[in-house]
Amino acid sequence: MVQLRLPPNSRIKKGKTFSSPTKGPRMKLFHIYRYDPDTKENPRLDTYELNLDECGPMVLDALIKIKNEVDPTLTFRRSCREGICGSCAMNIDGTNTLACTKHIEACKSDVKVTPLPHLYVVKDLVPDLNFAYSQYTSIKPWLQSDEAPPPDKERLQSIEERRKLDGLWECILCFCCSTSCPSYWWNGDKYLGPATLLQAYRWIVDSRDEVTGERLDNLEDPFKLYRCHTIMNCTNTCPKDLNPGKAIGKIKEKIVERL
Amino acid sequence: MPLSQEEINRPLSPHLLIYKPQITSVLSIMHRGTGIVLFGGSLLWALWFVLLAAGSTAYIQGQTLLLSPFGLIILLGWSFSFFYHFCNGIRHLLWDIGVGFELSTVRKSGWTVIFASIFLTSVAWALGVMNGKGLL
Repeated sequence: MVQLRLPPNSRIKKGKTFSSPTKGPRMKLFHIYRYDPDTKENPRLDTYELNLDECGPMVLDALIKIKNEVDPTLTFRRSCREGICGSCAMNIDGTNTLACTKHIEACKSDVKVTPLPHLYVVKDLVPDLNFAYSQYTSIKPWLQSDEAPPPDKERLQSIEERRKLDGLWECILCFCCSTSCPSYWWNGDKYLGPATLLQAYRWIVDSRDEVTGERLDNLEDPFKLYRCHTIMNCTNTCPKDLNPGKAIGKIKEKIVERL
Repeated sequence: MPLSQEEINRPLSPHLLIYKPQITSVLSIMHRGTGIVLFGGSLLWALWFVLLAAGSTAYIQGQTLLLSPFGLIILLGWSFSFFYHFCNGIRHLLWDIGVGFELSTVRKSGWTVIFASIFLTSVAWALGVMNGKGLL
């Protein structure tokens, strides 16, 4: 359901301010969403002042610096620090992206960091993605075929067949796109969202997969697929420059084609 | 049974109010908004026909209201809504046949819709003013 205001326990209060011990020509303020599940107090925005001359170039560098030097309780997910694991997905400066590939300098004024939108927050910048993962599981994201693979080699594809997977296999499942989608905010309990639908399409066009019809049947539902209204926030925000909006359009085409 | 999110009392992360408005989402909500305005406008149109059938006094009263500054603002909003919904509707039809999904195209077609609907609204009003002498 459309719900413009946050529930009472989720409204953000003013937080603490930590100023930088050193000063320089390049000072930057980071306003970071904090929620502590132990106190269960309302979330707050803490402000950290950083001297960028002593900090790496990316927003993730700033978060790590804050955790190491200012406030060790700051909690966030991160792993590869090079845009391939999808762990540090969060909302930076109003759009979803990966903290490790977002330049601090790209944020014109203060940097505001909040968790991926419209998810339940476990702690600070860590949202609960269990439901999104269960939706991903529901599309059976694995190769299904009646034939056993040849014992001594892979299942082969032609160059053209393989090319259809380009722009799809690169998805790192960071869920930046799904959580940028207003339709997913309001109907995320039933609508699968762009990330999962892009993955669904990745298996629908795979020449080695033999259950295309079943996959389309599973999506032909007023909510799972058709809550996509081609808003295109998903494609606009994808940190890997993929096009989930287009993939969803292709699924809709496939369903029309087989009528 | 694991506890539900509400039972754990987890907060919901901020969404609409922190997400930066962008051409994709703004045009989308405008499409829905103008659709609602068109629905209201069609009621207004029906009312205009009712006044027309109700005789000259009622018609003139209605017409005076419509041509008052308040009425003209309503008509301007309604006509813009019509042209915006029309142009963006074409954009949606193109998407439905699989055309125009590239991000650069999405942005270009979005701006085209904005300028085209402003242009068409201006043309319609210019024609209206020219034909209905003394309208304004």
